[in-house]
Amino acid sequence: MSVYINKDTKVIVQGITGGTARFHTKQMLEYGTKIVGGVTPKKAGTEVEGVPVFNTVEDAVKATGATASVIYVPAPFAADAIIEATDAELDLVICITEHIPVMDMVKVKRYMEGKKTRLVGPNCPGVITADETKIGIMPGYIHKKGHIGVVSRSGTLTYEAVHQLTEAGYGQTTAVGIGGDPVNGTNFIDVLDEFNKDPETEAVIMIGEIGGTAEEEAAEWVKANMTKPVVGFIGGVTAPPGKRMGHAGAIISGGKGTADEKIRVMESCGIKVADTPAVMGETMIAALKEKGLEEKCKTH
Amino acid sequence: MNIHEYQGKQVLREFGVKVPNGHVAYSVNEAVEAAEKLGSPVTVVKAQIHAGGRGKAGGVKVAKSLEEVRTYADEILGKTLVTHQNGPDGTEVKRLLIEEGCDIQKEYYVGVVLDRATSRVVMMASEEGGTEIEEVAEATPEKIFKEVIDPVVGLAPYQARRLAFNINIPNELLGKAVKFMTALYEAFVAKDCSIAEINPLVTTGDNEVLALDAKLNFDDNALYRHPDIAELRDLGEEDEKEIQASKYDLSYVSLDGNIGCMVNGAGLAMSTMDIIKHYGGDPANFLDVGGGATAEKVTEAFKIILSDKNVKGIFVNIFGGIMKCDVIAEGVVEATKQIGLTIPLVVRLEGTNVERGKQILDESGLNITSAASMADGAEKIVAAVK
Repeated sequence: MSVYINKDTKVIVQGITGGTARFHTKQMLEYGTKIVGGVTPKKAGTEVEGVPVFNTVEDAVKATGATASVIYVPAPFAADAIIEATDAELDLVICITEHIPVMDMVKVKRYMEGKKTRLVGPNCPGVITADETKIGIMPGYIHKKGHIGVVSRSGTLTYEAVHQLTEAGYGQTTAVGIGGDPVNGTNFIDVLDEFNKDPETEAVIMIGEIGGTAEEEAAEWVKANMTKPVVGFIGGVTAPPGKRMGHAGAIISGGKGTADEKIRVMESCGIKVADTPAVMGETMIAALKEKGLEEKCKTH
Repeated sequence: MNIHEYQGKQVLREFGVKVPNGHVAYSVNEAVEAAEKLGSPVTVVKAQIHAGGRGKAGGVKVAKSLEEVRTYADEILGKTLVTHQNGPDGTEVKRLLIEEGCDIQKEYYVGVVLDRATSRVVMMASEEGGTEIEEVAEATPEKIFKEVIDPVVGLAPYQARRLAFNINIPNELLGKAVKFMTALYEAFVAKDCSIAEINPLVTTGDNEVLALDAKLNFDDNALYRHPDIAELRDLGEEDEKEIQASKYDLSYVSLDGNIGCMVNGAGLAMSTMDIIKHYGGDPANFLDVGGGATAEKVTEAFKIILSDKNVKGIFVNIFGGIMKCDVIAEGVVEATKQIGLTIPLVVRLEGTNVERGKQILDESGLNITSAASMADGAEKIVAAVK
């Protein structure tokens, strides 16, 4: 079992003829992902890495039976790409694109209300179910199949956490990057809920960063609902207020969104928070030991 | 992106938000001419810098004659204003807004921001105008009223009325207040603002509802569709290195320490600063080279880091996903060839194409300390600059 995606998930790539999309289509195919089609307007009938290209998402879905899509189209056109995927009634849309105007995402999010499609991202590394399928841009080789779920606002910090876990011998179920933008499709609580229900997942690592209050809300949810141990990390303890730290969503403003406050709330809700990003793995292992899950989760 | 008050008022004026008449002035003579043109009995001389808290720092003066305008303009232009927002070095005043005074009856607050929790735009209003809204939120949160706005219908008239009633705008000014709020929301959406704050909004003796101040911030990601707004950028208000970085699409924030950082990914870049601090060092910057960096961009990033004279060592921390390690390695080698490198350089590479990246660094013959992990790298660079 896993969360959101597995080895049978059929995926189309929106914007497949772009340079980044081509590179990652190849990487995803090599990992074993079932990439069944691509979409680029006016490029129907061509192929990328042996994958057929269609003019519209609707055409691609009809021809291939895909249930998921991954979006690499440039920011000015990304909102439209998400809406197109939503109208094609895909189950899952993962938007890698960064720098999408926030007002576009406000409209997209409103448009998707009540519809069946789940959006992950934008501005995220994607989702990977270890040793089965990867949809996104993460380096596949660092992941190993196991029992730890990973959810994160930051792409590279996700890799860091996964790498530490794998090095220490603890595989993962699924790693979900929810993205660093202030308006995103899937939040911490959505993913924590899935991990809570997933029989293969024994524990979860949740990686946040400064800005907003999503981590605090997730921590309260964990305290009330989560039956599995959760450990965490927050990036940006030393970030100065008022400065946007790369991600559109990573800014301390109006005294809100500081790392200290997030860590305080998380710890008060029973989430062990790693002191530095270098000990995310160790912190997880300590929590597993405490709960007697160490042996069960040690995979290699 | 931030703009000046006078620019913000001009933008708002286009959308029908009422603002006092005024002109920008770059010199004392221009200031006096502007005041003559306005011909109002009372004129306000306002320093134009991006930081808030100008009034308390002596950057806003009320003049009752042209002579007083001259005196105040002379006093404020060229003065370095230190406010609670712009740090101990302050900002030199190079522009003034010369504005007609008005007969203030009462001050209110109205702001429009994105509410992350609901993924919607919210309009906030308070009767406690003039003071910092954060202070109001802290001391008397019940005095702040919020309306969450559906992007499909926009700010509904009843929502604007409810805000106006809640903050006790007099009934005879209700229509004007609703019009003001509606126009403010329209400006926010049409120009892709990230903040539109009117503090204070005032009611006047001649029954007007006016924006006495205007703070507009814009979503950088949407500037491509607003060339008119992009033109309002005042480079004089920004850090030299940050300007240089933005030319190359690099996300760079200047800090006070001596360890230059080059990282991919905002989360990892922030955490790299954190771990350097953890090991007793001090980061000189936040720098995310982003996902699609080319070797050329990496070279530029390196030059920007080295242009900071405080930098005594550099830590490159890369976990390649969309970013390829070999591209980073090529950029590092190219930059050091171009400018020479006399300070310690610690590089940690992991992720996509890591082997090729390491090979490029090894074969370069450069004096590079490689690190096995993030912690190892942080410890090594902290030790190297001590």
